Amino acid sequence: MKKVEAIIKPFKLDDVKKALGDIHIEGMTVSEVKGFGRQKGHSEFYRGAEYTLDFLPKVKVEVVTTDELTPKVVEAIMAAAKTGKIGDGKIFISPIEDGVRIRTGERGSDAL
Amino acid sequence: MKKHLKTAMPGAALLALFAFTGEAAAAEAAIDKADTAWVLVSTALVMFMVPGLAVFYAGMTRQKNVLSTIMQSFFILCLITVQWVVFGYSLSFGPSSGWSIGGLDYFGLSGVGVEPRGTIPHLLFMAFQGMFAAITVALITGAFAERIKFSAVVLFSLLWAFVVYDPLCHWVWGGGWLQSLGVLDFAGGIVVHISSGVSALVAALYIGKRRGWPRELMPPHNLTLTAIGMGILWFGWFGFNAGSALASDGGAVTAFVATNIAAAAGTLVWAFIEWAHRGKPTMLGAVSGTVAGLGSITPAAGFVTPMAALLIGLAGGVLCYLAVIILKPRFRYDDTLDVFGIHGVAGTWGTLATGLFASIGATGLFYGNPAQLMAQAIGAGVTIALSVVGTLVILQIVDMTVGIRVTKEEEIQGLDLTQHEERGYSL
Repeated sequence: MKKVEAIIKPFKLDDVKKALGDIHIEGMTVSEVKGFGRQKGHSEFYRGAEYTLDFLPKVKVEVVTTDELTPKVVEAIMAAAKTGKIGDGKIFISPIEDGVRIRTGERGSDAL
Repeated sequence: MKKHLKTAMPGAALLALFAFTGEAAAAEAAIDKADTAWVLVSTALVMFMVPGLAVFYAGMTRQKNVLSTIMQSFFILCLITVQWVVFGYSLSFGPSSGWSIGGLDYFGLSGVGVEPRGTIPHLLFMAFQGMFAAITVALITGAFAERIKFSAVVLFSLLWAFVVYDPLCHWVWGGGWLQSLGVLDFAGGIVVHISSGVSALVAALYIGKRRGWPRELMPPHNLTLTAIGMGILWFGWFGFNAGSALASDGGAVTAFVATNIAAAAGTLVWAFIEWAHRGKPTMLGAVSGTVAGLGSITPAAGFVTPMAALLIGLAGGVLCYLAVIILKPRFRYDDTLDVFGIHGVAGTWGTLATGLFASIGATGLFYGNPAQLMAQAIGAGVTIALSVVGTLVILQIVDMTVGIRVTKEEEIQGLDLTQHEERGYSL
């Protein structure tokens, strides 16, 4: 099993959700996060005081899936979240040792 | 306002006389129902400005200080209302000792009833003026927002009403020496805006910067609140300025129209300067311009033509922009919500502008009367001096008794939790 973590532009969340639904991914965890990469932050201006905000709002989508499906998940997210402009985000993939469905006690990929 | 007070003063003196001989005076002067209705409405409008100011200010603070900021203005409305009916009105408008202070003839509103004062009931005149006292004190709180003990706000406000507001109000409006000198202040450019603005600057310097300012980010937490507050302030300002005619007449209409024009002009000029200077016009800049325009026209409102109001509002917007965007960062004082930069500067400009542009019921420099500009300059100068000295003395007293600043931990945690044990938002 693998965990796919995608940090995307907030307005792309609906597209990514739909793209993952299309390849039958049945669950995901979404959180509002802040951060920066090469895009850096932006500035705000209040009555003469200029603030440079380093951290931009982003959305993190976490999907745990089987090894076989992982490339398709990554592809789907990439296609849906891409605008071609700096700040589109990143995808990280990491191995998952095990998983448990709390209700039934199923383990591994059965728990997905 | 002065124009009408001039005609009202002999009436007031007569009333004081009749107070000894009984209530027979009432039939002498007549109450006008239209005037009474308008000043009743105006009194309510000025009252509404205080919660308006509270949210205007609160939106600009950080989330952890939203309630404390609202509480300060709201509490002052109530505190000064009580101070006013017991002492303040008498000290400001009492007839006894003439040029310096009003005396205690009206202590606890004794002798203040529904008999006419001008063409409205005396009691209504008292209530209308009381709202001015309340909002003036509340304005100052913007200077020390986010770092002051609530007990210090209460003590400071009460003392300030006695030491600065009541004497000044008497000097300019209550038959005192500045009024005798011919100083014009239609609705409070001197009494309200210079006094609060200059006192705010003194307080900001005395109390010191917020921890981390200007290095740390302290952006406004909810500018939609500030926009709502601006709407309430503009609306209430019609009562503030047009109500100061103390009559439902042409003078009120002149002031009403001038108020509206100056508010619009101030808004536009601030937004356009920002657009040119910074690349984008901000909403906070626009509403700052609104208040700059409104503050500028306040002393002049009933004395000037619509086109003069336009010029006063435009110049007011420019001057306040310079004070807030250039002056404050250069001198690095943390007048947190720009009470000096907006009210102090606008009030001073408007007071001098009255000496330039007055043409209705008074004559300014541009209409051949340079003496008026001199009188206005004296009025502004005296007010600045009284505000500086009075506020410094009061701050010393507050510092030595209840203390002024919250501790470092309390400031970091926020005033809502540490001063009031509550939070504005539990989301």
